[in-house]
Amino acid sequence: MTWRGAARAAEPYFYTLPAVMLICAVMLMPLLIGLTYAFHDVRLLDPMSGDFVGLEHFRELNADPAFWNALRNTVTWTAASVTLQFGLGLVLALLLNRLFPGRALVQLLVFLPWAIPSFLSGLNWAWLFNPVVGPLPYWLHAIGAMADADNLLSHPRHALWGPIIANVWWGIPFFAITLLAALQSIPADIYEAAAIDGAGPWIRFRRITLPFLAPTMAITILLRTVWIANFADLIVIMTKGGPADSTQILASYIFTQAFQRLDFGYASAVATVLLALLLAYAMALMVLRAALMRRN
Amino acid sequence: METHGKSYWAIHYLLLAAFVVFALFPLFWLLKVSITPNDLLYSEGVRLWPSRITADHYASVIAHSQFPLFFRNSVIVATTTALFSTLLAAAAGYGFSRFQFRAKFWIVGLMLITQMFPLVMIIAPIFRLLKPLGLTNSLAGLVIVYTAFNVPFASFLMQSFFDAIPKDLEEAAMLDGANRFAAFRKIIVPLTLPGLAATVGFVFTAAWSELLFALMLNSSSAASTFPVGLLAFVSKFSVDFGQMMAAGVLALLPVCLFFVFIQRYLVQGLTAGAVKG
Repeated sequence: MTWRGAARAAEPYFYTLPAVMLICAVMLMPLLIGLTYAFHDVRLLDPMSGDFVGLEHFRELNADPAFWNALRNTVTWTAASVTLQFGLGLVLALLLNRLFPGRALVQLLVFLPWAIPSFLSGLNWAWLFNPVVGPLPYWLHAIGAMADADNLLSHPRHALWGPIIANVWWGIPFFAITLLAALQSIPADIYEAAAIDGAGPWIRFRRITLPFLAPTMAITILLRTVWIANFADLIVIMTKGGPADSTQILASYIFTQAFQRLDFGYASAVATVLLALLLAYAMALMVLRAALMRRN
Repeated sequence: METHGKSYWAIHYLLLAAFVVFALFPLFWLLKVSITPNDLLYSEGVRLWPSRITADHYASVIAHSQFPLFFRNSVIVATTTALFSTLLAAAAGYGFSRFQFRAKFWIVGLMLITQMFPLVMIIAPIFRLLKPLGLTNSLAGLVIVYTAFNVPFASFLMQSFFDAIPKDLEEAAMLDGANRFAAFRKIIVPLTLPGLAATVGFVFTAAWSELLFALMLNSSSAASTFPVGLLAFVSKFSVDFGQMMAAGVLALLPVCLFFVFIQRYLVQGLTAGAVKG
């Protein structure tokens, strides 16, 4: 290869390598180190720690009721949040896909929660649920949803719904924005042709809108599921996983173990399990997709 | 498209109004409590608007608390992160947009993976790596970490902006004797200025919002960012709701400004990031 040819072949790396090196140093390397922590005794305040313990953390974890509870909560948290965000986001996108006066302003207002930092969304909703300053306990009591006007977040059985509602509030815009973009890319003449052929609104929605949206829906739901399963901020802020670990999901449990107990080894073991579960989920989806593609 | 009857539009507007109320109510309440005098907060209960309003909470937050310091720290961290991320992402996005090369598949794959795994997983290792380097309790440490977190998403976003510029433009310049880097600087950068600005806005918003790493890495109040300071304030003075909410409103100001500016690019931003809130 000539010098000129070599320089030419190296050029794309000149642009991309700085970003790649930073990502390797700050994300990939810690990820690999974190995987080794899972098999070591790593506690920050104990200088004697650091021994290789093999599968000890995983045995401990298997016998840890808080871990199994966090795993169940992860499923509830993710399924409820994604379903509600998606359902309401789709309705909002359909509403915004019509021309009406003031649409730009309405769009600005309903998308605003997306920009609110997650720590503030969490605090804001925690305050709304707090009977000292928030109206929600009184309203929930008035409509008969709560026996007394007290804090939803201190009820062990229902507290998880507090962060779920905050998450739905915060996440509707994400689905609405992506689905609205997909809706606006559907050619209008298809609808006109269908209307001329006598297809009613429901038929048109099922036969035109849904098939056109399907790829966007599939990819956003899949990616969001992973993202929400990993999203610990709202729970850490609103309930710290309490009362008595009742709202802990795996991601917040990992953070609590690392941040409060400073037990990096055990935190990394839980994180390894979460990573394995998410990989299994992604793999299952790819297999499913391949099977569907073959059938068509 | 066919026209709809009056009853259709009544339902349409009713539903939209419900969405607008749901979206704005929490923020309205935040603002309301932040301007309610303390003596009315408990006596007036859940009234929608207090009978008297006050700016006292804001005055004491600004004059007698550490929030101005936290605010300054957050501005430094978020601005620096936004600039570094955008610089690295502009280069990487340009590489993705203009070249086919052997490692591209692996580099794009690496960036996608970083968007998928649980970030809480690397909190502990990052703490152990940064501590001996003196990068805990430091704003520089946070900037390095946040820049890495935001570069993948920002690179895909920048790529989408570069893809929209025809290749012929720079090829013409290169035929005229400019090398590619000069063509990049003189032709492509000016054309992507709105895209660069939008990327700065997205990364700034993300860095301004980050909580968990800031909590773990920076425990001293001198290096606390706004979220960490606000959370510490909440656990220490959890009865002073007026001041807490005044601080919350102040934390909202920069992101709301950026939001009005970047909302034109939301679709591009969200599809590029896809996984980033």
